[in-house]
Amino acid sequence: MIRPGEIAIVGAAESTRIGTVPDMAQIMLHADAALNAMADAGLKPGDIDGVACVGPMMPQQIAHYLGITPKWVDGTGVGGCSFMLHVRHAAAAIHAGYCKTVLITHGESGKSRVNGTPRPAEPQSLNGQFEAPFGPMGPPTLFPIPVLRYMKTYGVTHEHMAQVAVVQREWAAKNPRAAFKDPITIDDVLNSKMIAYPFRLLQCCLVTDGGGALILTSSDRAKDFPTKPCYILGTGESVETTMVSQMEDFTSSRAFRVAGPEAFRMAGIKHSDVDHLMIYDAFAHLPMYGLEDLGFVKRGEAKDFIWERNTAPGGKLPINTNGGGLSYTHTGMYGMFALQESVRQVRGTAPAQVPNVKISVAHGVGGMFSASGTVVLSNQRP
Amino acid sequence: MLQRCGDTGKPYFPPRPFSPYTGTRNVEVFEASGRGTLHSYVIHHRPVPGFKPPYAIAVVELEEGPRMMTNIVECPQTPEALVLDMKLELAPTKMDDDITLPLFRPAKEA
Repeated sequence: MIRPGEIAIVGAAESTRIGTVPDMAQIMLHADAALNAMADAGLKPGDIDGVACVGPMMPQQIAHYLGITPKWVDGTGVGGCSFMLHVRHAAAAIHAGYCKTVLITHGESGKSRVNGTPRPAEPQSLNGQFEAPFGPMGPPTLFPIPVLRYMKTYGVTHEHMAQVAVVQREWAAKNPRAAFKDPITIDDVLNSKMIAYPFRLLQCCLVTDGGGALILTSSDRAKDFPTKPCYILGTGESVETTMVSQMEDFTSSRAFRVAGPEAFRMAGIKHSDVDHLMIYDAFAHLPMYGLEDLGFVKRGEAKDFIWERNTAPGGKLPINTNGGGLSYTHTGMYGMFALQESVRQVRGTAPAQVPNVKISVAHGVGGMFSASGTVVLSNQRP
Repeated sequence: MLQRCGDTGKPYFPPRPFSPYTGTRNVEVFEASGRGTLHSYVIHHRPVPGFKPPYAIAVVELEEGPRMMTNIVECPQTPEALVLDMKLELAPTKMDDDITLPLFRPAKEA
């Protein structure tokens, strides 16, 4: 049985540039982030013996490009939270002795589309047959489909939903690398361009270029590395359905309700132990679903929790402190950036550093509500 | 048409040659009522080939239980006209010689 804190993140970095990077293909963004993470850990490609990344990039492409001969690879691809699952799988592999030092990479030319990711729904697939004919066009039309049901069930107003974006912009203002830093008001959000009612432009994530990478190894070796180890206390994962129309409950994610509690159980922590939280925010409703499904608040209470500024700068549970997918960056698979911010917060190196963070939780969502992964990190080994 | 699990009698969607509840291959196809309620939706405001924005991408909860994605026709595509839990009825809509889609419209009052 893997113990809380047995495996640590010893290298973490994003690509040198994020936002608009038209001169780099996706594999170059992967490699740039990987080299930065190796520099962070004081490692060379020859020191890495495990590689994980998410399709369309295959581990063999990354291994070959960087000059790595892996003994273990993982190409788990469940969307934007795949990296949370890679962390969980890599920790298990290191625990099992399959490999010693794992590199997890992400790179995506989401904006510039240099060797980008094609995303057609195959006409023969279930999504192609039973959702595509009704005119959805990508995540902005699919991800928010449950939102009106959630709003009706819990009395959530458009103003509540706008507050999510307002608060996250406050965090982004503290982050020099954030794409959008200018303050916004509830009115600004509710007057921004309508994309797919009930959501407007400022409630939808950015589309950017960028990458990130993590390096994991056994905590017993972690003292040999130059950075403060970031211990993995617990992890969880689950999936539900690729078809948003087939979710069991439009007001809650089953995948969240499995992944989150499993990570907490494994870590042996309570909600009150958590100092900092990242909830993958592709759209404005996700922090609400995350807060409730992870059990930080009861069902229907997230709207008031956020409205009352508990997640804002100075609040008791800072969330999405890099500015999130709404204001920081969103390449297409943002989960890597949520993990990077959690690492920075437990290391004490974040641009908008929360005082005295001991435990951070990074919670990801993937493929609309189809998948979820949760990682609990700490700067202290239990 | 919907399918029903031979073990539990519960209808399911989308179709598959076995039951998602028990795994049994003992399943049957039956004619659904065509009645349902509006469970949730978005109104898309951006151009999509074959669609005239703004248009609603909706999920209907069928009387038999399963939910499915659809479009709502014969109804203004506005939040005021599209009220959650309103009654809907099937409006089979011929797209071409091969494909007829199960769209829905507001139910006519009985």
